[in-house]
Amino acid sequence: MKKLMLLVLLLSTAVAFAQTPEEKGLEIAVEADKRDQGFADSSSKMTMTLKNANNDVSIRKMRSKTLEVQGDGDKGLTIFDQPADIKGTAFLSFTHVLDADDQWLYLPALKRVKRISSKNKSGPFMGSEFAFEDLSSREVEKYGYLYIKDEAVDGEDAFVIEVRPNYKYSGYTRSVVWISKEKYQPLKIVYYDRKNSLLKTMSVSGYKQYLGQYWRPDVMVMTNHQTKKETQLDFTDYKFKTGLSDRDFNKSSLKRAR
Amino acid sequence: MFLRWVNRVMVCALLFGFGQAIAADWSGYGAVEYRGFTQSRLDNDQFDNGSMSLSFEPEFYHSRNGGDDSLTFVPFARWDEHDPQRSHVDIRELVWLHVAQDWELRVGIDKVFWGVTESQHLVDIINQTDLVENLDGEQKLGQTMVNVSLIKDWGVLDIFVLPGFRERTLPGKDGRFRSIPEIDDHTFYESSAKDKHVDYALRWSQTFDDWDVGISHFYGTSREPRIIPAVTPAGLRLVPYYDIINQTGLDIQATLDEWLWKFELIHRSGQGETFNAFTGGFEYTFVGVMDSAADFGVIAEYLYDDRGSNPAVAFDNDVFVGGRLAMNDAASSELLFGIISDVNDNTRFYNIEASRRFGDSWVLSLEGRFISAGSTGGPFSSIRQDDVIQLKLARHF
Repeated sequence: MKKLMLLVLLLSTAVAFAQTPEEKGLEIAVEADKRDQGFADSSSKMTMTLKNANNDVSIRKMRSKTLEVQGDGDKGLTIFDQPADIKGTAFLSFTHVLDADDQWLYLPALKRVKRISSKNKSGPFMGSEFAFEDLSSREVEKYGYLYIKDEAVDGEDAFVIEVRPNYKYSGYTRSVVWISKEKYQPLKIVYYDRKNSLLKTMSVSGYKQYLGQYWRPDVMVMTNHQTKKETQLDFTDYKFKTGLSDRDFNKSSLKRAR
Repeated sequence: MFLRWVNRVMVCALLFGFGQAIAADWSGYGAVEYRGFTQSRLDNDQFDNGSMSLSFEPEFYHSRNGGDDSLTFVPFARWDEHDPQRSHVDIRELVWLHVAQDWELRVGIDKVFWGVTESQHLVDIINQTDLVENLDGEQKLGQTMVNVSLIKDWGVLDIFVLPGFRERTLPGKDGRFRSIPEIDDHTFYESSAKDKHVDYALRWSQTFDDWDVGISHFYGTSREPRIIPAVTPAGLRLVPYYDIINQTGLDIQATLDEWLWKFELIHRSGQGETFNAFTGGFEYTFVGVMDSAADFGVIAEYLYDDRGSNPAVAFDNDVFVGGRLAMNDAASSELLFGIISDVNDNTRFYNIEASRRFGDSWVLSLEGRFISAGSTGGPFSSIRQDDVIQLKLARHF
């Protein structure tokens, strides 16, 4: 009887410690989310360099602000500076964990604020190789996770996890993400399209730590394997905890965003 | 007295702005356009064939106090080869904005847009239409205003005091898209204060989850003139007559996944008999059509105005069906087209707009408008020969 008790105890302990790949994947995602909490608000400047298969280049410049929202997705405001014909155009989004996001676009020529459908997650952002969903806030519950293996990227140790979107209208069946073991931030993401064919690879580099906690990259390069187009996204002027509030993320502030 | 005060504030705002012009920020565009008319003129005074035109709209913006105070100045100028009335200058914006925690103040000349529908903008009333710019009525003249915006949990309340009325611009004797016979440039007003009448407006707007709602009221000089016969120094002529009106407006948009449901309603009194008008419909977007990056939106709206018997009302019982194609490419290529058809007679108004960017700063756009007027004497009768194709090349900076 005692022997049996011991066996049961041993077995149950073993079960408790043997994580499934799903559990380990989720654990990594939760840890990444936890380490990025508490930044309150952030802002940065972005330059997008679009390059087609013939190496023709075009430049986009924009500024973005993010407000951390506890218990829901973040709020974001993006202001476009270049090309000149869309200067002053601004984009406001309230992301939600599983509900559809709320999005408004401000068109300066007509002074018009338009509520737009957030169905277009898979569409290209500003004609680039980044889709809207690649740049929106990554809430843990928006995806399902599967730990695959450990593998280094350019000598940096990383977990490799498979991520499947839980939300409607994603352009991907799945993506494979290399998450730095040190920074808990993505070093590389490989995207597979709706037919599960290899679509894009994003390489992320130049991570710096801000406020002793938050890692942010300087460069993201998105390469589309199907069209041979490439977009490089450079970030500068990261700022955190600048005192932004809900007041900076509404339709009134969208109209005067400059 | 009040106007003088507004003027003083504007002069101060100007000095404040240009005194700080070192960190100034200029942007804007210059454009050349050609409008080709495919049919011959209806009236011998009008020009035939085509017309060249140049336009220029620079924008100056300067802010201080971390963006809490800012000055925006947007002058506009157009030169037209054939129609002297279309050659004009305007101040689109010259406005000082102050932003506080839960309110905003705008003083000066500004543009304001209200509404949600695509085929026409019933609720939008603050700014006068700069009709010589474009038949679609989307170009507006700057409006002098003091605007206080209260931004509260219960919504945004906008209060407007609007001194100084702007007459609608109308094409001249030589121009196309005009009334036949011509409308005289003597303007008549209901108010003895004429264009000095001070107008007021109020608007509350709020977002409830998927619903964006606005309720507005306007009291003052109607932006839309009635065209009436009157005795002028030149004899009996058609003239624009501006009534004092009260207009209540409601605009609602429901954003339900790929469906956008849009509705605008107005109730106007003081301009002939009291009337109601509404526009309502939907926009449905197909994302990534045919495995491409392009989006295609289908738009359908119904346009109603209960002054149905009045021939001056363009859209009394009409259906608009259109499409919007966005290529989502690096050149931002776009195509918008639509038809407004009258349910009662067979008047149809066809519209197509296309544009794309070349390089970083050039935008080429094409616009076509074609009218098939059912009966003579209808709202489009005077412009039934004015089918137009317009090509425009703009350089943005």
